[in-house]
Amino acid sequence: MNFDFSEDQKFLRSEARKFLEAQCTSQHVREVLDDEARSHHEGVWNKIVEMGWLGTAIPEEHGGLGLGMLELCVIAEEMGRTLAPVPFSSSVYLFAEALKLAGSDAQKSTLLAKVASGEVIGCLALSEGPGEPDPAKLSVTFDGATLSGTKLPVTDGDIATHAVVLAKEGTGASLVLVDLGQDSVTRQPVKTLEPTRSHAEIRFDGAKAERLGNAGDGARLLEEVLDRAAVLFAFEQLGGASRAQEMATDYAKERHAFGRPIGGNQAIKHKLAEMYVKNEVARSNCYYGAWAVSTDAAELPEAAAAARIASSEAFWFASKENIQTHGGMGFTWEVDCHLFYRRAKLLAVQIGSPKHWKEKLVRALEMKNAA
Amino acid sequence: MDFNDTPEEAEFRAEARAFLEKHLEPKTSSGVRRERGEDFLRRAKDWQALKADNKFAQITWPKEWGGRGGTAMQNVIWGQEEAKFDAPTGPFAIGLGMCIPTVIAFGSDEHKQRYVKKALRGEEIWCQLFSEPAAGSDVAGVKTRAVKDGDEWVINGQKVWTSGAHYSDYGILLTRTDPKAPKHKGLTMFIVDMKQAGVEARPIHQASGGREFNEVYFSDVRIPDSDRLGEVGQGWKVAIVTLMNERLAVGGSPGPDWSEIMDYAREAGTLSDSDFRQTLADWYIAAQGYKLTKFRTQTALSRGETPGPENSIGKIITANQLQDICNSAIEMQGHYGLMTDEERMPADGLFQQSFMWAPGLRIAGGTDEILKNIIAERVLELPQDVRVDKDVPFDELKQG
Repeated sequence: MNFDFSEDQKFLRSEARKFLEAQCTSQHVREVLDDEARSHHEGVWNKIVEMGWLGTAIPEEHGGLGLGMLELCVIAEEMGRTLAPVPFSSSVYLFAEALKLAGSDAQKSTLLAKVASGEVIGCLALSEGPGEPDPAKLSVTFDGATLSGTKLPVTDGDIATHAVVLAKEGTGASLVLVDLGQDSVTRQPVKTLEPTRSHAEIRFDGAKAERLGNAGDGARLLEEVLDRAAVLFAFEQLGGASRAQEMATDYAKERHAFGRPIGGNQAIKHKLAEMYVKNEVARSNCYYGAWAVSTDAAELPEAAAAARIASSEAFWFASKENIQTHGGMGFTWEVDCHLFYRRAKLLAVQIGSPKHWKEKLVRALEMKNAA
Repeated sequence: MDFNDTPEEAEFRAEARAFLEKHLEPKTSSGVRRERGEDFLRRAKDWQALKADNKFAQITWPKEWGGRGGTAMQNVIWGQEEAKFDAPTGPFAIGLGMCIPTVIAFGSDEHKQRYVKKALRGEEIWCQLFSEPAAGSDVAGVKTRAVKDGDEWVINGQKVWTSGAHYSDYGILLTRTDPKAPKHKGLTMFIVDMKQAGVEARPIHQASGGREFNEVYFSDVRIPDSDRLGEVGQGWKVAIVTLMNERLAVGGSPGPDWSEIMDYAREAGTLSDSDFRQTLADWYIAAQGYKLTKFRTQTALSRGETPGPENSIGKIITANQLQDICNSAIEMQGHYGLMTDEERMPADGLFQQSFMWAPGLRIAGGTDEILKNIIAERVLELPQDVRVDKDVPFDELKQG
């Protein structure tokens, strides 16, 4: 039984934590929060680029570090703890993983090294309206050469240089790769509940684009990309949930009311114990997801879904009850609680909400049972 | 990451498995079997003796006490393998898991020579006599009195929820020896002969309908001072050692899980219900969370490390989930699901039986609320609850 990260991976974790705690403080996050013009924190981003983390799971032949998904999971958890206000997840978990999975040799050679160096920032454009995007009912269309229609909202859509777009092609759906620097692409920043991560509306008016993978294979490829990304998102969420739990616990020990620490009351203690249970359930499911994604295991669909759901719910619970534990202080702009509450919601809906993933999980269990 | 044994672990697993295959039948049903009676006890004692003779009885105990001197990981492996077979292990779990470790820690050399090996071979069965009608979660509130009379102590009082009291030979007994001292300071622990006059075990008629536990009455029972465990007034310290071992002894899946209700829903044609599917996902994730958390614990053991506190989440998850799953299954069955008539009950009564067992599981061995206190105080290091009785003489405390 070896169900834990290796010594090298734990060392990477402690180095990443030290680095981010020094270089990506809540002050850095707030510099983006309080300035509408800023899409992300360039200073933090440049330092992350220098660390080489963007290429963690990109092969050396494509300019990456050639480490594995386990190392990327470790970094993702630490990014989540510090609410890093940078387009890391879009470029690395979604864009680079889509390229690795479905890209042609030419596409990989052209773009992966640039993702690793930070020259290219990628994003994934799915949503068009309320609800989960349905590959059978897309308004954005691809005709084999050009892309038309509007995606809204796209996380990091205003700072990205490239996008992978889910588009209708003929009677099916395809994944399409598009350079966002063309005149036929119009981008408009949009305000969201989570101002420390940027979002945009992207309109394509016959933009030049190329297919990623085969025509009509978009829905299937997207599932595979999202299964892999779900594990990485789950680690970010786990990091955020762990940090929110620590904040709530520390505050419950310091804050006195009725002559003693509020953490001495069972209403608070039991809430924090429940938070701990949810976070441990999430952590164990995340580790299983990490194992599945790093070994390309047949169990990946259910492992990824379980990690994703457990972490979404753990982060939601920890972030909302962290505010509640802080009381009135927790509802002020100056205290960091709301930053976690905001980030928890973004990460829970960005690549499919818990309800969507629960249905996917049960479908995977049915398939397994039928096989 | 992988889920494989190390070569040494694989070798031990093969050895354990060969021994089990030679002597036992594989388990056939996942249902909860509650065997009772003399035949079962005879079979259990024979199996225990065979295990002891082959050094499989207590894997981690030192060889001088008849153990294997093995690792914690070997103990986990043995538990996993034995659970796959129809092994009659129940009657010894409390004695070997809790009572005898306490005797080894606090007993005299004579006690150890007299009791340890006989318990290990299953020749003598032990029970734990702590809980009382007015001392459950607050077990330091026991009232059973021990009064010194020469070289002996005279015991009067009542214990409750004592598993196996009616077939036990000995017990460890928590008593109050000084009612003038504060609650935790007036306690003393003894070894008691359960077969002597004045000890009466009566089965409790449980809410579930079964009679698996007992209340035990002590009427002028005499215990020699030489059978005291620890110093007079130090009974709480001794009890803590017993209770620390309890958490290591508890475990195992208690009844139907997500896969069984999923199977049932498929047969019943309700698996397409979207509300049910959402809830099913929640059960799967919590059950996986617990199972995988045990893997993390085993990893620590396998590396020779001390596991972290993560395992404390176990019973909170499993007991609540069992209750939820049974409730949902019965509601799915509708009015039909009420039936426990053997001829008519749906799915062989799988969910009905555990529905009535689950409330007890949420209480036994630490209630949900006490377990949350333990996580909050020992893991998260939050302040202890207010204890207004801490420094007050026991006989001045309000009772009720």
